[in-house]
Amino acid sequence: MKGKIEIRVTVNGEEHHASVEPRLLLADFIRENLDLTGTHVGCEHGICGACTVLMNGDSVRACLTLAVQADGAEVETVESLGDSENLGSLQRAFREHHALQCGFCTPGMLMTATDMLRKYPLETEDEIRVGLSGNICRCTGYQHIVDAISAARDERNKK
Amino acid sequence: MKPALFDYIRVTTVDDAIRALGSCNDAKVIAGGQSLVPMLNFRMVDTPLFVDINGIDDLRGITETSNGGLRIGALTRHFELEVSPLIQERYPLLHEAMKYVAHLAIRNRGTIGGSISHADPAAELPALAVLLDAMIVARGPRGERQIAAVDFFEAPLTTSLEADEIVTAVELPPLPENSGWGFEEFAQRHGDFAVVGVAALVGKYGARISVFGAHNTPLRAREAEKAFGSGDTNAAAEALQSEVDPSDDLHGSADYRRHLAGVLCKRALNNAMSGYAL
Repeated sequence: MKGKIEIRVTVNGEEHHASVEPRLLLADFIRENLDLTGTHVGCEHGICGACTVLMNGDSVRACLTLAVQADGAEVETVESLGDSENLGSLQRAFREHHALQCGFCTPGMLMTATDMLRKYPLETEDEIRVGLSGNICRCTGYQHIVDAISAARDERNKK
Repeated sequence: MKPALFDYIRVTTVDDAIRALGSCNDAKVIAGGQSLVPMLNFRMVDTPLFVDINGIDDLRGITETSNGGLRIGALTRHFELEVSPLIQERYPLLHEAMKYVAHLAIRNRGTIGGSISHADPAAELPALAVLLDAMIVARGPRGERQIAAVDFFEAPLTTSLEADEIVTAVELPPLPENSGWGFEEFAQRHGDFAVVGVAALVGKYGARISVFGAHNTPLRAREAEKAFGSGDTNAAAEALQSEVDPSDDLHGSADYRRHLAGVLCKRALNNAMSGYAL
C-alpha cells in the first residue's frame, strides 16, 4: 500500500492540485512538478540552505519538508519576489551590492533574508551573519550579502 | 539522496497517532522532520509507515502549571520557544540556549518533542531538559506516564520511549529561587550541533551542571556538581573532565572534547555565579 496522496498547495498565489508519493520532497515538487526551478537543490540534507522557501510565511528547508506536509499551505518561492524586468526591493539590494556571483545560493539567501527581515531587528552586522549561518555561499565571502541585507534593513526601517 | 518508499498517514488526535503506531511494526512519528528527513534522504532510516502528528492541535503551546512551572506541548516549534515571553521570564537560560539551536528555517519547523525524542547527544534541548529536571510526558496504549529527563536518554538517538508511545509534552518545574545560570557552547559554525556545550545553574543548593557533545547522552554531571561544593569551579571542571566519555569524530578528538568540556564548564559556572551574586 505505497499509495499516492492528493495535495493542494498554493504556490506564489496559484493553487495547485497534485497526487504525489509521500516520499516526494517539497523541493522536488516545486522544481519537477511545478517547473519553478528558481528553488535550488544543493546538499539535500538541510545544510546548505539553497532550497529555502517560505511556507505559511516562515522560511523552511524545502529538502527537509515532504510535499505532503505542504498540503493546504501557502508556499512562496524566489519567483514570488520579482522577475528580471521587475526586481523586488531585496533583489535590487543584492544586485546593487554585488551580493551574488554564481547565483546558486541566491534563491535561498533571498528567502532566508526575507524571513529574517520580518522577524529580527538585525541591528548589527553580527546579527545578520548569525541569521545567514544556515546558508552557504562559496563565491562571495558573504560580505556583499551582509551589505545587501543591511541596505534592505535600512529600507525596511524607513517604512 | 531521495527517501525510499513509505506509507504516510496524518492524524489529528493523540489517540489516532497511538493507534496508527500500533498498526504497523516499525512505524514512526514525524513532526518537524528536521532530523528525520535528512536521515530519510540518506536512507539511514527505513520505515514502512510515518504518522504525521503536525495536525494534533492539543500538542501545541506553552502553558503555566499549578506548581509555577511550564508545560511545553511536544509540537511547540523551536522558534516559538525562542520568542516566548514566558520562557524568557522564567527560564532565561533556555531562552539563551534557543539562540544556539540550528538556523531560523530549522527552528521554524523543528519541535521540542522531536528534539527530545531524537535524543542527539550534541543537541541543546535534551541537555537543558536534564539540567532543568524536566519530566517527559509520554502517551501510549497503556496510558500516560512521566519520565524524568535523566532516565529518558539512554544512548545516542535512543530513549526509554516504547515503540508505540509518543512524547506529548515536556514539563519544566520552576527554577530554584535565586539561581544564576550560564550557557556555553562551542560549534564549528553558529547553529551547528555543538562540538561541546555546558549549561549550569548555581544557587544556595550548589551547582547543577549538564554537558552535551561530550558523552553518549546529554549528561547530568553529578560528580562535577559534588566537586563544585560551595563554589570551586576548578574542581568542578576537573571532575567533569573525568566524568565525560567523549568520542572522536571529524570535528574533534575525544581528548579535545574533554579539554573543552572543562573550559566551558568553568565559564558557565563563572557566569552562573556572577548572576547568583546579583
